[in-house]
Amino acid sequence: MLAMDYRGPKRVRVTQKPMPEIKHPEDAIVRVTRSCICGSDLHLYNGNVPDTRVGTTFGHEFVGEVVEIGSEVTKLKVGDHVIVPFNISCGKCHFCKQGLYGNCHESNPMATAVGAIYGYSHTAGGFHGGQAEYVRVPYANLNPTVIPPGMDLDDAVLLTDVVPTGYQAAEMAGIQPGNTVVVFGAGPVGIMAAKSAWLFGAGRVIVLDKEDYRLEFVRNYAPCEAYNFEKDMQDPVLFIKKITDWMGADCVIDAVGAEASGDVMQTITGRKLLLQAGSATAIHWAINSVKKGGIVSVVGVYGPTDNLVPIGNVLNKGLTIRGNQTAVKRHLPRLIEHVMNGVIKPKEIITHRIPLEDIADGYRMFSDKLDNCIKPVLMMPTAR
Amino acid sequence: MQKHVIDPKSVPGWGIDADPENDPTYPMKPHRTDLEEQGYNWERPTQQPIDVEILHSNERPNVTAVFGTASPPQGLSGIIRRWAFRWSENEYNHWLPLILADRVNVVEGVLEDLAHGKFPNIWKEKGYNASWKHDRTSLILRLSAFTAVTAGLVLWLTSGDDDKGSRKKKKNKKKARYYDENEYYADDRYYDENQY
Ligand SMILES: [Zn+2]
Ligand SMILES: [Zn+2]
Repeated sequence: MLAMDYRGPKRVRVTQKPMPEIKHPEDAIVRVTRSCICGSDLHLYNGNVPDTRVGTTFGHEFVGEVVEIGSEVTKLKVGDHVIVPFNISCGKCHFCKQGLYGNCHESNPMATAVGAIYGYSHTAGGFHGGQAEYVRVPYANLNPTVIPPGMDLDDAVLLTDVVPTGYQAAEMAGIQPGNTVVVFGAGPVGIMAAKSAWLFGAGRVIVLDKEDYRLEFVRNYAPCEAYNFEKDMQDPVLFIKKITDWMGADCVIDAVGAEASGDVMQTITGRKLLLQAGSATAIHWAINSVKKGGIVSVVGVYGPTDNLVPIGNVLNKGLTIRGNQTAVKRHLPRLIEHVMNGVIKPKEIITHRIPLEDIADGYRMFSDKLDNCIKPVLMMPTAR
Repeated sequence: MQKHVIDPKSVPGWGIDADPENDPTYPMKPHRTDLEEQGYNWERPTQQPIDVEILHSNERPNVTAVFGTASPPQGLSGIIRRWAFRWSENEYNHWLPLILADRVNVVEGVLEDLAHGKFPNIWKEKGYNASWKHDRTSLILRLSAFTAVTAGLVLWLTSGDDDKGSRKKKKNKKKARYYDENEYYADDRYYDENQY
């Protein structure tokens, strides 16, 4: 089968790889019909995630058809077309039982701080991902969810990560009716976070980014106030204080993570020298621009261990900081309902369709933000 | 600055998931029962047969019931990774060697290609076709900066004149710094940001 193949920082290709096999009685093999490149794949692509081994296949956002099941799979059958959450979770451990499906303790032997994610380095379990024609799906009784009849596959594939992550970002922000919510980052997740903030009753939603085309997009899609932090202001924190009657936002969402721009020191220490867990610019801005007693919600991906974060202000300002890998499975029932009712229209953010064979160009376009790319979908040869 | 430019109630689905009891402690609070007193003591799923080398975090006593087998450790990078896994996730000694191993692994990947008679198509793997189509000017700038620096280095390394050595060194240093800045700005424009 054809699959994406990581060769080193900013070098990927498509190669013939062996078909995935059932390795555990609860496994299923899925033929991928839609797969996306995600912003968080760029951290892998740029070589910033430790233990990203050459030869692995990325891709944690995919839907597909079940073609084979293991002996203990009872909840799925061959032929089912399923949404596969990006987390791999067992449903039996201490954490899964609390609904913390992003924190499963029986899927990722390599680290305890992060759960298992398809195609997301060995730090996240060493699983091959879905940027391939076929993929192994463990714990098939728990995670995959059958796509309801009538749902567009383009909508379905965005329910594997982007929509639930934006939604959980808003949920974790603890929005109370009428609250002012600031979202840093107008990538796919930031766009969905802004959209979801309204669903939790926000009174005002403000998005900051540095790409005009993304601001334009989010302004129309979410809809919200959107500003360019490089052109419209000198200092984003001061700007937010100013436009919130000098109080700060009630809730701030960091939808940026490790590769933030906007601060030279952070860029050098976090992105170039890898001396900290990525550039902490967005989380700095979040902590400093939220109101005292406010809530900061983090869904931006940072690397492990050390980070230069203004933790002193967290104490001084009495903040609550929440973050997690999204428990996709927990949100799916509600979000499927929202999509079917037209409250959320995920597929509208898809801007590019790229044949799997041209994946290197796809990564380059998304990474360099060429051609106003917001969200690329990969087209599998077997599913065309 | 105009405030409340959008009337929230005009947004489709506004407040649909608002809950006055919404407490930003989900899901911890409602589930904080005796469950958490049980510790590492749940009915574990069937163990996947461990037939490849799995490096597991020393912050857990065992290998998880299910694991990925994408690229088992091998070669020099594998040796470094095995060493890294002697340290906990709390230690630089764990993460920095893993990043080093990743770099070594890249070289191993190229050697492996060559051993199989395959020459990596760097232009294609780096997606320069897309840059050529949508971003030609900066691709050319980047490549010529790279060529200039490489040529400069080659000239310097092949120059045997000791007297001029120190001056040339300085000159090249300057060039290298110029290149770095250039690369930094180029990168900043491209890779940065967002992306969750
Ligand atoms: Zn994703
Ligand atoms: Zn679990």
